Amino acid sequence: MDTMNQSAEALRFDLGESTVRDLNQYLHHELAASGVRHIEVTNPNGQHNIAVGVDAPVSVDIQGHAGYFVGGMNKQAHITVHGNVGWSVGENIMSGSIRVKGNASECVAASGHGGLVVIEGDASSRCGISMKGCDIVVGGSVGHMSAFMAQAGTLVVCGDADPGLGDSLYEAVIYVRGSIHGLGADAQEEPMSNDDYAKVADLLERAGFDYDLQDFKRVASARSLYHWNADHHQEY
Amino acid sequence: MCGIVGLLLKNPTLNDSLGRLVTPMLESMSERGPDSAGLAVFADRDQGEKYSLFAQDEHFDWDALERALDEALVPTPSIESQGRYGRLYLGVEPDTLRHWLAEHFPDLHVLSAGHFMDIYKDAGHPAAIAQRYGFTGLSGSHAIGHTRMATESAITPAHAHPFTAGQDFCLVHNGSLSNPYKIRRSLERKGIHFETDNDTEAACRFLEWRLRDGDSLEDALAQGFSVLDGFYTLLMGTGDKLALVRDPFACKPAVVAETDDYVAIGSEYRALANLPGVKEAMLFEPKPEEIYSWTR
Repeated sequence: MDTMNQSAEALRFDLGESTVRDLNQYLHHELAASGVRHIEVTNPNGQHNIAVGVDAPVSVDIQGHAGYFVGGMNKQAHITVHGNVGWSVGENIMSGSIRVKGNASECVAASGHGGLVVIEGDASSRCGISMKGCDIVVGGSVGHMSAFMAQAGTLVVCGDADPGLGDSLYEAVIYVRGSIHGLGADAQEEPMSNDDYAKVADLLERAGFDYDLQDFKRVASARSLYHWNADHHQEY
Repeated sequence: MCGIVGLLLKNPTLNDSLGRLVTPMLESMSERGPDSAGLAVFADRDQGEKYSLFAQDEHFDWDALERALDEALVPTPSIESQGRYGRLYLGVEPDTLRHWLAEHFPDLHVLSAGHFMDIYKDAGHPAAIAQRYGFTGLSGSHAIGHTRMATESAITPAHAHPFTAGQDFCLVHNGSLSNPYKIRRSLERKGIHFETDNDTEAACRFLEWRLRDGDSLEDALAQGFSVLDGFYTLLMGTGDKLALVRDPFACKPAVVAETDDYVAIGSEYRALANLPGVKEAMLFEPKPEEIYSWTR
């Protein structure tokens, strides 16, 4: 903690000087009793595991590009990355929010249970893979196999979706504003209901995006893969 | 896991700094590949026929090799050596040299042949290897490097990347192929000889065979997509080019940074984070099954 710039409610960690482990141990063990409400992280330089496992109502601003797993398992905290992120930002997020000002690599919010993840730029492949209840809003486009096996929650894509969207979907719902370059197995486009429009409007507002709701398409599971189907000669 | 890095300098005034720029990139990928490492460096001009050699014996007598070559093959060979590594300038065809070495110096391994390319590779921690062979002092127009975490074959200098075939062509690989033996059998039937049991060597020799047959690098890679099965991010170097592809699922990572001065490739952004001007670079993640190539 020698590099921290102490003040009453704000702290700065320079990851050029201290380690990710220093930062995370502070967040896990000392933050709660400190009264600190805001952490600024400088010089992340693509390092992995920044601000993983936080369980406190704190805001964390990461100034630069972060590596893998930033904000993983997050509870309560509001994390903003002022740059790009590597694989699996917000993996298994439980609550709180993570905002990425740039682009995200693969597996955004993989298996996330709750909370909100906003990617202002593009997200790469497997965005929202196996998501279990979190919400994801991507300002740009998503890569192939996004929302693969997604079980619950909502993925909103303001740009385009690459092939294999929603492959083997369970009960998560996807909304896409741009072009869908191919649906995965068992994913289908469905009509938008009033509830769908309300859901998209709410998430766009929380994410800070302003788009015409009429442009969004709904993609959900056809539910033919995960139900027993005797018509298929019990092959599944 | 493995780490790959590549750097192609667009601004030739940086050529003397190639090693200084690429070495921290390589070392930053040590966690992805602590077993072994290698670096291919391409000169910015034709240097005549040259060979990178690797000796089994760390006290190998390079002067004795120079004398023997002078007497038996071609007058005035020139060798620059550093421990087990030797760079030989010699105006003979690669096959002639290989046959002669196999007979007279069977413990010498030819790491590379070409007019532009030198290859350094060894087992051990990437930082130790960089130190051993003086990577920071190397110059040239482009380089590719690899840090290896072995998953499918032994940890030896020969199994380290880059792999090479033919002349002035090399390849590094992050991933694993599921059909290397099928590819290998089909190439061996065409008389192509393999040096290791490593899966990457199959990809390397397949692509070099296509190039030798007249394909452009882009055409060879397009063929590669239908022949190579498995996970791969492949980064290749030729006398004047770097080329990058990812498998159809993009299972293995890659990030590219491009500025007016250079194109830099890394498995992770960490590899690029300390390059000059990277904060203003155009950063992107290469798409699956697309061919990216850059010419110096």
